Amino acid sequence: MIRNHILAMLKYAPAAAYVGLVYVFIFLPVVVLVLFSFQDASLPIPPFQGPSLRWYKAIFNDFRIMDALGNSLLVGVVSAALSCLLGFLAAYGLARYRIRAAGMVQWLLVAPLSVSYLIIGMGLLITFKTMGIPKSLFAVIIGHVVINLPLAFAIIYSQMGEHQANIERAARDLGAAEWQVLLLVSLPLLWPALMASFFLSFTLSWDEFIIALLVSRFDVTLPVEIWSLLRSGLNPKTNAVGSVVFIVSIVFLAVMEVVVFGRRRSK
Amino acid sequence: MRANRKLRGWGFVGPSFLWTAAFFVVPLLIMAAYSLFQRVAGRLVTDLSFSNYLTFFSKPHYFNALINSLEVTLVTTIISIILAYPLAYILAYRVPPRWQRIALMMAILPFWTSYVVRSYSWLLVLSSNGVISNTLQWLRIVDGPISLANSRAATVVGFVHFFTMLLTLTIFANLVQISPNYSKAAADLGASRFQTFWRITLPLSIPGVMVGAFLTIVLALGDYITPQILGGLRELLLPQAIMLQIQRHANFPMASAMSLVLMVVISIIFLLFSRWLKMERM
Amino acid sequence: MSKLVEIKGISKTFGETTALADINLAIEEGQFFALVGPSGSGKTTLLHILGGFTEPTSGQVLIAGRRVTHLPAAKRPTASMFQDYALFPHMSVRANVCFGLVMRKVPKDERLARAKAALDMVGLSGMSERRTHQLSGGQQQRVALARALVVEPKVLLLDEPLGALDLNLRRQMQEELIHIQKQMGTTFVHVTHDQEEAMSIADVIAVMNQGRIEDVGPPERVYLKPRTRFTATFMGASNMFEGRVTGRSGGQIQVETAFGRLAVPGEAEMEATVHLSIRPEQIAAGEVNLVGRLTLGKLRVQKVSFFGTYHRCQGRHLNSDLPMTIRLPQNESAQIGEELTISVARDDIVLLTR
Repeated sequence: MIRNHILAMLKYAPAAAYVGLVYVFIFLPVVVLVLFSFQDASLPIPPFQGPSLRWYKAIFNDFRIMDALGNSLLVGVVSAALSCLLGFLAAYGLARYRIRAAGMVQWLLVAPLSVSYLIIGMGLLITFKTMGIPKSLFAVIIGHVVINLPLAFAIIYSQMGEHQANIERAARDLGAAEWQVLLLVSLPLLWPALMASFFLSFTLSWDEFIIALLVSRFDVTLPVEIWSLLRSGLNPKTNAVGSVVFIVSIVFLAVMEVVVFGRRRSK
Repeated sequence: MRANRKLRGWGFVGPSFLWTAAFFVVPLLIMAAYSLFQRVAGRLVTDLSFSNYLTFFSKPHYFNALINSLEVTLVTTIISIILAYPLAYILAYRVPPRWQRIALMMAILPFWTSYVVRSYSWLLVLSSNGVISNTLQWLRIVDGPISLANSRAATVVGFVHFFTMLLTLTIFANLVQISPNYSKAAADLGASRFQTFWRITLPLSIPGVMVGAFLTIVLALGDYITPQILGGLRELLLPQAIMLQIQRHANFPMASAMSLVLMVVISIIFLLFSRWLKMERM
Repeated sequence: MSKLVEIKGISKTFGETTALADINLAIEEGQFFALVGPSGSGKTTLLHILGGFTEPTSGQVLIAGRRVTHLPAAKRPTASMFQDYALFPHMSVRANVCFGLVMRKVPKDERLARAKAALDMVGLSGMSERRTHQLSGGQQQRVALARALVVEPKVLLLDEPLGALDLNLRRQMQEELIHIQKQMGTTFVHVTHDQEEAMSIADVIAVMNQGRIEDVGPPERVYLKPRTRFTATFMGASNMFEGRVTGRSGGQIQVETAFGRLAVPGEAEMEATVHLSIRPEQIAAGEVNLVGRLTLGKLRVQKVSFFGTYHRCQGRHLNSDLPMTIRLPQNESAQIGEELTISVARDDIVLLTR
């Protein structure tokens, strides 16, 4: 009996060891980040002194960081909403109406996915400069819609197949006008796709750095503000900000898990 | 009636189409135009010429940025695949189904730190007063502080950290979707565990590796953050060189030309992968 | 003929659920053996235990006298044909068929020759280079068959292979399976939920229900003289009625039923309640020579449906109000409300004590 157990453990040992090592590699920087955010000294390096919340207090008192946080939220929500709206309209148009060159339109809408953010940002920078449009958060919103619109379109379009079309036909058959079909049937059916697009667009906008760096100046988003912090070298403030972003994201994920899983279970 | 419908259709598609045209296509065209201009003595000269491109490909200072990017990306991709595949395999086939999601979530958790902060965190680990240096000194393996940061190796570590997670995800997704009946059939016909892996599982998991590799190459080639934080300024990668043109020299023509080169390189890789994908379907 | 496969006391439990309870079966060499039953009856689980994909909780499996209960699938002299064919999508047809031979380290020339012979046998000559996704469902199935047979297994296990095919293709494949089986002499164990399919192709049928074997025997016997109530209703339509045992003598019992007192061969306890079954097609309507037959009274017709080769006639027995189904010939029919005189041959009444 015990021999079998030992043999079983030996069989799994190499795999477990490998997974363990890889997990250590993967978590190392995050652990260091979070650990030294509680550092009670001015440098987030060993030896560890603390724990202390002084750096968390510091970031909440830092108006630049708080402003940047608000800006990121604003840019994230607005650009995600715009991406979803435009993406939905485009998907609806392409899926329900016959347009000549539909293939080309589709290709164009998805094309930005194949270009690096750096290049998109550069293009916008040069264009805005040429047109005399100043750098601002609006410019960042524009850039984020450019990168997220293709995703929102693709996700929503993939959900507008025959099955959905039949349900809409049934609604029309029962007397609904076009706008009623859209509002009372199409949108509710697409709700999961819309939510997924919004969530994804927001997440990508939230963490996006290079476009935001290139086309904003005074009002910046959080990643750009963090970058400025990095100029001052190793700083526990950066640790604190990073840890906050991390913890918030995890909590958000956990909530989403429960909500999504909760709904699945009740079905 | 028909025309009305077509107009309606365009009405729906119009906004996105215009947005993409105005803020994606037009900027690319403007950038292409700029790449043919020059910046001379602090002013923009709009005579069309390929001088930027010539400069880029002839001066080692510039061209090396491209070579460095390609080398770093290649090394990163290979190491990430080697690290990620066994992890994805173990998660897919050795971890009980109940724990698979959690184990996978754990493996990609650092995805949810900000990308900038994630690279910064490696600085905390690799720099001369960072975790590794202090630990090695404490263990008396080295005498003084050693810096692993500001080097190509640090950039690779930073990249590998991120892309191992990405590849684990794509390979895992592929592995779990392979029908278990294939390995059952192989076993039924006499294959050992290794033979089943080598002849059935591995070939069927190549698409997942390819997708991950493609994403890795494209994202790594275009990344400014990781090399700038971890790589230092001794050896520049292409995105760093581009940003330098903008930030220090305000040389938009040169920056545009270099961006277009980057775009062409990425497009070539994209085409190669599409070709491979089409051949696979056959 | 010798016993090739012996299943002794096989049980399988998954946590709380019992999938198989004490199964005992013997399959002879060269037989086409069918496992029939509804979903959840355990027939697929039993097949998996035979193939080595699941280990039983208790019991033994012997193949050709050798204990294989804990042998992995790779080492057993069995080959399987899976329900979804499980053809390797990244290999050509020929590579698929050769796979088992490669595992057995058969030299290349011999491999190719045997693969070609196998593909010829299933009627797919010339398809070697195709990719599996380019084939139709029926063709994929033949490749799966060729792949399994080319390694010359002692037992071929088929897991509901014909379920996904349309009717004509299914009939065709059934005939081909019989033909190939007879030609090769391999023992086939075929799992299906379709009792007609089982009867038409198998030499021996085992009827399973809720993890147990209800009945085992040649198709005719299992259909005409089922041993359990489940078998009777599963293998075909049945007029089932109860009776009380009122007398026993010799090898016969007297049963008091809705049709009066019947004498049927069999054994049962006095005063016990037993069931009797008569197949619809065994009941004749109208005036009939009553030698060797039993009159069953009158049936009031409630519904008549045309099934091509016969009319199905449903109604109620006048005296007992028992619902009954009989069959009328193709060229005869009946009116709703009509009262038909019905009778049955004595020997066709089946006593069911289980």
